[in-house]
Amino acid sequence: MASLDDLKKRIASVKSTQKITKAMKMVAAAKLKRAQESAERGRPYSEKMNNVILNLSGGISDKENAPKLLSGTGNDKIHLCVVMTSDRGLCGGFNANIIKKAKAYFAKISEEGKELKIITVGSKGNDQLKRVYGDKIIENISFKTSKNTNYFDAEKVGKLIIEKFEKEEFDICTIFYNQFKNVITQIPQVQQIIPLNTENEEIKDTEESYEFEPDEDEILNNLLPKNISTQIFKAMLENSASEQGARMSAMDNATRNAGEMVDKLTIEYNRSRQAAITKELIEIISGAESL
Amino acid sequence: MSEEFKVEIVNPEKSFFSKEDVTEVIVPAFEGEMGILKDHISIISFLKPGIITVHSKSGEDKFFVEDGIVEFKNNNLSVLTSSIFSLKDINKSKIQDLIKLTEQEVNKAEISDQVKFLANQKIDVLRSIN
Repeated sequence: MASLDDLKKRIASVKSTQKITKAMKMVAAAKLKRAQESAERGRPYSEKMNNVILNLSGGISDKENAPKLLSGTGNDKIHLCVVMTSDRGLCGGFNANIIKKAKAYFAKISEEGKELKIITVGSKGNDQLKRVYGDKIIENISFKTSKNTNYFDAEKVGKLIIEKFEKEEFDICTIFYNQFKNVITQIPQVQQIIPLNTENEEIKDTEESYEFEPDEDEILNNLLPKNISTQIFKAMLENSASEQGARMSAMDNATRNAGEMVDKLTIEYNRSRQAAITKELIEIISGAESL
Repeated sequence: MSEEFKVEIVNPEKSFFSKEDVTEVIVPAFEGEMGILKDHISIISFLKPGIITVHSKSGEDKFFVEDGIVEFKNNNLSVLTSSIFSLKDINKSKIQDLIKLTEQEVNKAEISDQVKFLANQKIDVLRSIN
């Protein structure tokens, strides 16, 4: 059995850990609120953008000459995967879930004999993937220095992807991120952004005919690169809300566990203290009796 | 019959501006300035750097935009843009900074003609409001 002194030290150390996790939980809760708000505020933009593109791609006249960002290169040999994770740890299964999803996808791709290229956004994803897929990672982007998720960062990623697409470095681009459902649930998402998948989505009010100025193709050419950045930005917003949510519940659990541990250790401490007192009493009494 | 329609300007971060009692909006569309009144035909177009002017019963609002998309449908005008600021909120020194930044970009050798054209346009517009 550990000595009284050791137990005392352990209790103190667990208590201070608990203080830290509690503080982290509160910070995450405050940040979560902000992240959630900005995710909600960002929604109209991406929704409207999506609608316009759906309308446009529905009305496009010449399918053969459609922009490549929409129709694809005609191949599906080289896959580019953009894995979006956080820059900081201690957020429960947040990063692990994305990585797990991504790894399953990678395995599927290599099984089909296709080439894989990876861009990691966020340093945690890079840390976890570089051991197995180190030679596949072509770029690692991290926004440690930016305080909030901003569109400027998303645009940087978007431009990078488009640049690579124009150089024909890949055929299909997929992004991985966590969708924020609520504080305890984040759903890892796989979304294909190049070529844009419009088939599954219902085009609303198709009867509405638009006038285009200039023509459809030119607008689409201008719009599609922007849409990439918008999708990335949306993923970043969802991710940051998810990250804070995951951290909050992870830290909540940690705080509770630390509390349980303190209780257990305190009981053990009191027991051994009593045992020591009893032992001393027995010694005194038996000492007195022998006189 | 009222001559008013609704306008909403959104940027990626939030809904930037919205008004219900608008009578006319002038947007710098890619092929020239375009005035939009109520019951305009549904239209999609995109923007070049310029000034959006919103005339409404309660006054006039002016915004500087760099790029974006306009969509007009059922008397709802939506403007999607990634870079916008209100002319009221900006001071001269900031405009000067922007001009300088854009000039640097124009002087870079490797940019395409279209980018150069847009950047020059941006400088002109910024100068005009300065």
